[in-house]
Amino acid sequence: MRLPWPLIAAMVAPGLALALWLALGAVGFYATLDAPAAAALAAALGPLLETHGMLVLFWWLVAASVGAWAVQVLHERYMAAPARLAEGARVLVSDASAPPVAAGGDAAARTIADALNALSQERRTLKQEMARLVEDASHAVAHQRDQLGALVAELQQSVVVCNLEGRILLYNARARALCRRISRAPGGAGGAELIGLGRSIHGVVDKALIDHARESVDRRIVRGEPAPSARFVTHTPSGHLLRVSLAPVREAAEGAPATGYVLLLDDITEEYEAEAHADRQWLTLTETSRAGLASIQAALDMLDYPDLETEERERFQAVVREEVAAMGERITALAAEASSASKARWPLQDMLGADLIAAASHHIAEATGLAVTADTVEGELWLSVDSFSLIAALTFLARCAVEGREAPDLELRVSRADGRAHLDLCFAGGAAIAAGWQSSPMDGAGGGSPLSVRDVAERHGGEVWLEHARTGGTPRAVFRFLLPLASAAADTAAHAGESRPEFYDFDLFAASEGHHERDDRPLGELAFTVFDTETTGLDPAGGDEIIQIGATRIVNGKLLKAECFDQLVNPGRSIPEAGIAIHGIRPAMVRGQPAIGEVLPAFHAFVSDTVLVGHNVAFDLRFLKLKEAATGVVFDQPVLDTLLLASIVHPNAEAQSLEAIAARLGITVSGRHTALGDALACAEVFMKLLPLLQQQGIRTLGEARAASEDSYYARLRY
Amino acid sequence: MTETQNGTFNDTALANKIIGNGKPAEKVLIADDEPNIVVSLEFMMKREGFQVLVARDGLGALEAIRREHPRLVLLDATMPGMTGFDVCEAVRSDEDTRDTRIVMLTAKGRETDKARGVGAGADAYVTKPFSTRELVQKVRDMMAPDAAE
Repeated sequence: MRLPWPLIAAMVAPGLALALWLALGAVGFYATLDAPAAAALAAALGPLLETHGMLVLFWWLVAASVGAWAVQVLHERYMAAPARLAEGARVLVSDASAPPVAAGGDAAARTIADALNALSQERRTLKQEMARLVEDASHAVAHQRDQLGALVAELQQSVVVCNLEGRILLYNARARALCRRISRAPGGAGGAELIGLGRSIHGVVDKALIDHARESVDRRIVRGEPAPSARFVTHTPSGHLLRVSLAPVREAAEGAPATGYVLLLDDITEEYEAEAHADRQWLTLTETSRAGLASIQAALDMLDYPDLETEERERFQAVVREEVAAMGERITALAAEASSASKARWPLQDMLGADLIAAASHHIAEATGLAVTADTVEGELWLSVDSFSLIAALTFLARCAVEGREAPDLELRVSRADGRAHLDLCFAGGAAIAAGWQSSPMDGAGGGSPLSVRDVAERHGGEVWLEHARTGGTPRAVFRFLLPLASAAADTAAHAGESRPEFYDFDLFAASEGHHERDDRPLGELAFTVFDTETTGLDPAGGDEIIQIGATRIVNGKLLKAECFDQLVNPGRSIPEAGIAIHGIRPAMVRGQPAIGEVLPAFHAFVSDTVLVGHNVAFDLRFLKLKEAATGVVFDQPVLDTLLLASIVHPNAEAQSLEAIAARLGITVSGRHTALGDALACAEVFMKLLPLLQQQGIRTLGEARAASEDSYYARLRY
Repeated sequence: MTETQNGTFNDTALANKIIGNGKPAEKVLIADDEPNIVVSLEFMMKREGFQVLVARDGLGALEAIRREHPRLVLLDATMPGMTGFDVCEAVRSDEDTRDTRIVMLTAKGRETDKARGVGAGADAYVTKPFSTRELVQKVRDMMAPDAAE
């Protein structure tokens, strides 16, 4: 312990001063005496000092102690206490949650301490209140975003929101499905190379067209139009026809400039083809009719000649008959097609079979007062139906079935049959069903519908009939509807469920490439593609080939697991057994898969505008580089290697395998040794490394690349 | 009517070549892929005293025009292969056949089609169905010696 020397000195000082004062007084008094008087004093005091000297010393010690005590008390009260107060105040300033300052010293100091504590308490309360308000506000904003995200995700149109540079901030499941349809990449990328957070919309819609539409919208904004938007139609490279509607995203203020734009995309290829087909048919009909009429007219005119020979007359009559018959056939064919087209135009909605059965059971039970057995339905059976009219028809048929039966024993079921669906209403057979169940209006079904059951079936381009069966001796009857299955929608719904939370990132609104080179941009702002390959062996120059590419994306500091690339590649050669033990890819799995020449362009599109990241990525890059000449696909993106980055963060660690690094960073790795599994693990490692690199002053891409080059492993390898 | 092997063009009976006044009958080519209209047109033109040639498609029509130099062609606009418009353009661009009178017969009724026919050089444009009487009158007018070249 350090002794408080100044304090000790201050405490000893009064005693010493008293002793000095007394000694000086004695010496002065003695000096004024003459010699005999001095001798007499000495003679008188000498023996006294011997006997009472200790008493004097004791008296002095008492005085010195009193002095020391007084100094100590004054020091404590006027120096130590204010110093402690100041210290406590300093702590409170820097840390609002620090304990209150101790009240010490005199009354004034105690008052100051109390005031300080009160102030500190108030500040603490204010801070907590502020934090609560901020949290509430952020929560509300996040909630609104989620609601908006969910809303857009469920929209039936394809919606894409972009910032002014064309970077995608939001897209919905429909847009993803649309891109999957128009993508020319093999299945493993399936549109993920076209649409993704932070990707450019210009991969889907030509930049020039968007710029043109934006100019037109900007002009309308300047003119003060309330809802400016622009529409255009464009061709995709895959030959699809898209109708695009572009509307600006603006601040609430009137006339505010756009900060981004919303695109509604419609694949009108089929619609357009149907219209073109109808046009062609109309044209053909008018032309063939005119030609036919001309032949008839001319033949009739010829028949007017009075001097025709019988043979000639018969010839012209035959012309009239032939032409009339041909025209009749054309009109019949056209009428049939028109009627099926008008049925197809009836708006049918995609609905899960199970949902339809549940809704219909409920309606029938209410209408007839009888319980309906709903058979277990195949989980993913989607129908394309007009549920309102269909349920009305089922209810009407249930009434027919109930009539005249003691225990009708109603049962509903739906099943798949030859690319269509059977929707069955089963009931106890035996008694006859009133005639006209197909064609009479379903007035009794509640709601007074003028439609008949047959109308409803035809609306669906389907059929309906009554079947009688006998199961185990009990006669059963079935009203069976043949209905269309939904195709793309079920697919969309399945994909929507997986990854909705990653369909938007409004932080990208603020993100702007600006004029910064990528090297100067913070790592957190960049988009990365983290990838891995599986190969037949370790020697690309010796003929080893890529057999799988897996990749995922990191945009704005978020790992977008849904936007992944996962593609097996046919290597066009055998796969050694030794490798199969590691990657588990057997020759049968790559049979029928696209060759590398087909996969690399799609992968290149997938990685566009991003920084490539991999673990020991030089290995994977060597395989890609060797294919450059053959495929013409050049990967010249900036590259980061998690192996090198990890060696910067943990220079003394011995193991730099992906597992070892993941373990050090506390990441649990699953699904390793598939390309996508490794890419995801590597992505998680990379995301954990970013803040650690920042602590070492490595913030930008350029700094990360420079540090990588200087790292021990880089020097070792290159 | 006898058809040549390739079915594109036909020489009519010699009896039709000479009419009352001893002058050789003028040739009219009917080019249409619809046999039912050809039957009536052929009958009618023969009655008018013309020598009638028949072609069933555009190429056959062009070949017949170049070989037989008919004075007038009743040309269907929509034929397989070479259309009537194409034939018209080819006839007008050839010094040898330029003066052939062309009546374009067509089932296309749109104004744009008519403009195209006239643009390609048809002297008249007749939309199907038509009155044969009016067509005959039109042909007579165009074949009259004083009809403008």
